[in-house]
Amino acid sequence: MTELKRTVTLTVNGKRYSAEAEVRLTLADFIRHTLGLTGTHLGCEHGVCGACTILLDGQSARSCLMLAVQADGHEILTVEGIAPNDKELHPLQEAFRDNHGLQCGFCTPGMLTTLLEFLRDNPNPTEKEVRIAISGNLCRCTGYQGIVNAALDAAKRLQGAGA
Amino acid sequence: MKPPPFSYHDPRTVADAIGLLGKLENAKLLAGGQSLMPMLNMRYVLPDHVIVLNRIEGLSYIRETGGAIEIGAMTRQRELEFSDLIRSKLPLMQEAIFQIGHRQTRNRGTIGGSLAHLDPAAELVTLGAAFDATVVVTGANGTREIAFADFPVAYMTPAIEPSEILTAVRFTPWPAGHGFAFVEFSRRHGDFAITSAAVLLTADGAGKITRASVTIGGAAATPVRAREVEKALTGQTPTPELMREACESCRAIEAIEDIHAPASYRQHLAAVLSRRALEKAVTRIGQPVPAKLH
Repeated sequence: MTELKRTVTLTVNGKRYSAEAEVRLTLADFIRHTLGLTGTHLGCEHGVCGACTILLDGQSARSCLMLAVQADGHEILTVEGIAPNDKELHPLQEAFRDNHGLQCGFCTPGMLTTLLEFLRDNPNPTEKEVRIAISGNLCRCTGYQGIVNAALDAAKRLQGAGA
Repeated sequence: MKPPPFSYHDPRTVADAIGLLGKLENAKLLAGGQSLMPMLNMRYVLPDHVIVLNRIEGLSYIRETGGAIEIGAMTRQRELEFSDLIRSKLPLMQEAIFQIGHRQTRNRGTIGGSLAHLDPAAELVTLGAAFDATVVVTGANGTREIAFADFPVAYMTPAIEPSEILTAVRFTPWPAGHGFAFVEFSRRHGDFAITSAAVLLTADGAGKITRASVTIGGAAATPVRAREVEKALTGQTPTPELMREACESCRAIEAIEDIHAPASYRQHLAAVLSRRALEKAVTRIGQPVPAKLH
């Protein structure tokens, strides 16, 4: 009950992992250091920048604001799991590429995971809704216009794909 | 930016959690983690024990009970944001919820965590004051209820005993067709409100205000009910002049000062935002709840 380490078993991008973690380890550090999935980025480590956003059971969450032990038994999606396979990109990723939605790429994993959930819940958003949706993700290149364009383009592509 | 070492406990029942709280020294409760986790990462808090409430069943629910809406402490803000019951019965809450942080934080943040943390800028704390909510806490000797007026003891200090847990909160809905508005000012969407205003109104057939609740959040150490504004409006027709004049009294609020704004600015915002919220609430009196509140 009071141990300092625990075994964490969870599913990340469809693959099951089981590893020991110090109970104070954040989920973000567990994903990056223990599992070696360094696509999830860490900017501020106190819940402001949004770079570490992952999907926890399909809902976006900041992995720096969760302990790894809390994710035991849950399902996680990181940026590595968005593309359908090694050859193709997800339509959202394609839209980012085509609309100059990324410059340095640091904020991109958080932007993609955030928008993946947002476009699933709101498939036909307005520009204002997109801007609010990514208001918790900081882009220090200040490339927001390209990101907003990409999100709106992705909405069209995803609707086309679904039709 | 890493949490300090602590022992981790994840009880499955409220009774077990209370037992741990009574037994362990320097323990902190972790609910949604959207306030405590940053504080741990920055080492503002150094607990020896963290007791996680996320594995306790039965603390997450929204239900109607005896004319009130009872919300379990571990109900995520997201569930309130998308609840039809909240939209129809407590539309002010849904308007406010959307202004809490971001989707990523509302997915995790809980109503109980926000109330127990008692940040004066928190939307849910302001709502507690606006609705005169009833806070339910559970300890070794059972549950007790705290009227929201008695809940904040001081800045970020709720009237919860060290061995008690906030388990639920009850809000009494205002009658159908009431006016409501939640308005806040922050530099960017999702930032902490520098100041906010929550308004609830009812009017009679002639358009005279029969009941008013006006609350200012974020300006003082705890949310403040603007009693003078409420009194000035009750029994009156809410003309633009009356609303503007009445809200001037909000400049007397004992405001806090921090890196974001001086006290005088918060007092100014209190007067401006309460007027804007009133104006918006008046237009909604007698109207059905809008399908979309954000």
